[in-house]
Amino acid sequence: MFAFFLTSGLFLGWSLGANNTSNVFGTAVGSGMMRFKTAAIYCSVFVILGAVISGAGATQTLGKLGSINAIAGAFVVALGSAVSVYLMTKAGLPVSTSQAIVGAIFGWNLFSGSLTDYDSMVKILSTWVICPVLSAAFAMILYKLVVFCISSSHIHMFALDAYTRYGLLIVGIFGSYALGANNIATVTGIFVPVSPLADIDILDLVTLSAPQQLFLIGGLAIAAGVFTYSKRVIMTVGRGIMELSPVMAFVAVLSHSIVLFVFASEGIERFLLIHGLPTIPLVPVSSSQAIVGAVIGIGLLKGGKGIRWRTVGGIVIGWVATPVLAALICFISLFFFQNVFQQKTYRPVAYIFTSEAVERIQSVGIPTKDIKELIGNEFASAVKLESVLSKRISPTRKELDFIIKSFEVSNITVNKEILDRVKIGWITAGQKKAVEEMDGRVFTHNWQLEEALANASPEWRLKKGNKKYNEDLKDKLAYIHKLLRSDSGS
Amino acid sequence: MEFRILKKKIGIEKQIDDFLDKVSESGLLFKEGAEAYLKGNMEIFSKRIQQISDTEHMGDSLRRGLEDRLYRQTLIPESRGDVLELLESMDALLDQFKGALWRFEIEHPEICCEFVDDFMELAAKVVESVESMVLSARAFFKDINTVADHMHKVSFWEKQSDIISTRLQKSVFKREDLRLSHRMQIRDFVRQVDEIADCAEDVADRLSIYVIKRSL
Repeated sequence: MFAFFLTSGLFLGWSLGANNTSNVFGTAVGSGMMRFKTAAIYCSVFVILGAVISGAGATQTLGKLGSINAIAGAFVVALGSAVSVYLMTKAGLPVSTSQAIVGAIFGWNLFSGSLTDYDSMVKILSTWVICPVLSAAFAMILYKLVVFCISSSHIHMFALDAYTRYGLLIVGIFGSYALGANNIATVTGIFVPVSPLADIDILDLVTLSAPQQLFLIGGLAIAAGVFTYSKRVIMTVGRGIMELSPVMAFVAVLSHSIVLFVFASEGIERFLLIHGLPTIPLVPVSSSQAIVGAVIGIGLLKGGKGIRWRTVGGIVIGWVATPVLAALICFISLFFFQNVFQQKTYRPVAYIFTSEAVERIQSVGIPTKDIKELIGNEFASAVKLESVLSKRISPTRKELDFIIKSFEVSNITVNKEILDRVKIGWITAGQKKAVEEMDGRVFTHNWQLEEALANASPEWRLKKGNKKYNEDLKDKLAYIHKLLRSDSGS
Repeated sequence: MEFRILKKKIGIEKQIDDFLDKVSESGLLFKEGAEAYLKGNMEIFSKRIQQISDTEHMGDSLRRGLEDRLYRQTLIPESRGDVLELLESMDALLDQFKGALWRFEIEHPEICCEFVDDFMELAAKVVESVESMVLSARAFFKDINTVADHMHKVSFWEKQSDIISTRLQKSVFKREDLRLSHRMQIRDFVRQVDEIADCAEDVADRLSIYVIKRSL
């Protein structure tokens, strides 16, 4: 069954490879600076390396699919996303895989009665506008700068050709590595906790852990997508929008990387914070939107006449259609999966008004006078809970999220044996000890376990002002919850 | 594969420089050869004929080598066609110098004394126009912003050549004591030499388009 469920993840990996290669090598191939085959080889090798080496860092985050609470549901969500990305790839349109996934999750939310994170929706909408604009602005500035430098340094035509080739290759390699490292969790991350794979020792030199083996398989799926089906989208990005000179190609892919790095990098934010410098606001950025924006930016700088607006229009329609299509495919597939194949596509989450949860809500300043009388009541879905809450206290979106999380029933039983699965060394000895000491204890809500852990060990406590640490800790907690939840399907 | 690019690049830059040197050399050899013929110094003339043939041969093999490398190594994809065309046009100028000098050798035309100065001046102007063209081509590869500095000189020298060529042809046809066939033979020689400057100007015109096309 595991192998069957894995196929949709691999299909998603294949689609990702087929579509997103254009973001890193599209302009290089389109401008004729690199043969498709050469680009495909470099991209595949570095995608796999990125997935296996750096993908392990994100093992427990499980990617966006981590929010789906049943493996069959994750299968369908991955399938819906993969099909929509595949259709866009067939049409030669560069689209965002993560947006397809968010769209599919929206379909799953509708089907399972879960509440949709509207922030994700707003983020997607803003990405369509902010990301290309930012990228275009960067590309314009960078292009002017590069042209000035080239003009004033009197570089020989062939030397410039060689440097540009190097530049395109290096940026492409880094991009491919990042593509593998960032997306592998989405492709196979969800399967990590249920993987039956064992660690493999290669000649006693290298140990390939179970997640790394999964990531290798995912990386190979991405590489297969790169080789078999990425040329069409590559040509749209590299040639379809406008004819690019090699320098333009380099500037476009560099601007796209800079925008992703500057506006999406928590690393930079942390660095600036540590050094007491003002931080750059993190805005939702997407690789596909960034590269298209960069190419259009250069085109506009050149007067805009070379831009094929019909192609641009098609791409924009593709952006809008991708999440919508993914949601639709996912919803319909879930229906069939649940009713025809009798698969459990979601774990129903119940919500119970416990006095502890009400106290917790009150402690953060949310008025609970009108909901106290509901103590003991249970709701079958977040949607139902929300409608009741809205009538009584009309909370803000943030408050609502907090209340829903507080009432969510998880029924966690701490089990030492299950915890032995955590072998990657990503939780400290102190953290592990704290969990083990609670062996046998039962918690109704997730947050109760979190509080108990925080009381048991300072290593489970959030640190003020350390965003990165806190996010890592939250990821770890989410993973622990997933492992311990009695009916997680694992 | 990509890591050998720099080495390749150094080789190809030198090859292009060598090729343009050959074009420039052929102009100088033509000028000296024509002068030697007009002054009746046939020993030097024969030497120049041999030298220009060798130069043309070397130019041809350099051009072929360059074309081969440009295609095999897929270099400068955006300007490859233009560069090949430019190289071929420059090679054609080299051929024309050789052809003009060989025509002297084959036909041994009798050039009257009064035409010698004009003939030498014409040869000098034509060589100047090709020389400016060679400088423009070098600039195209090395510093595209300075191409215009050299290119306008090609037109200037071509116009000067036209003036001398017209004057010379008029003088030739004024000489009624010469047979018509003789006058026509000299006229053809004048035209053939003048044509080299015309070709140089045509190459310059095309080069100006390549410059526009080769936007960064």
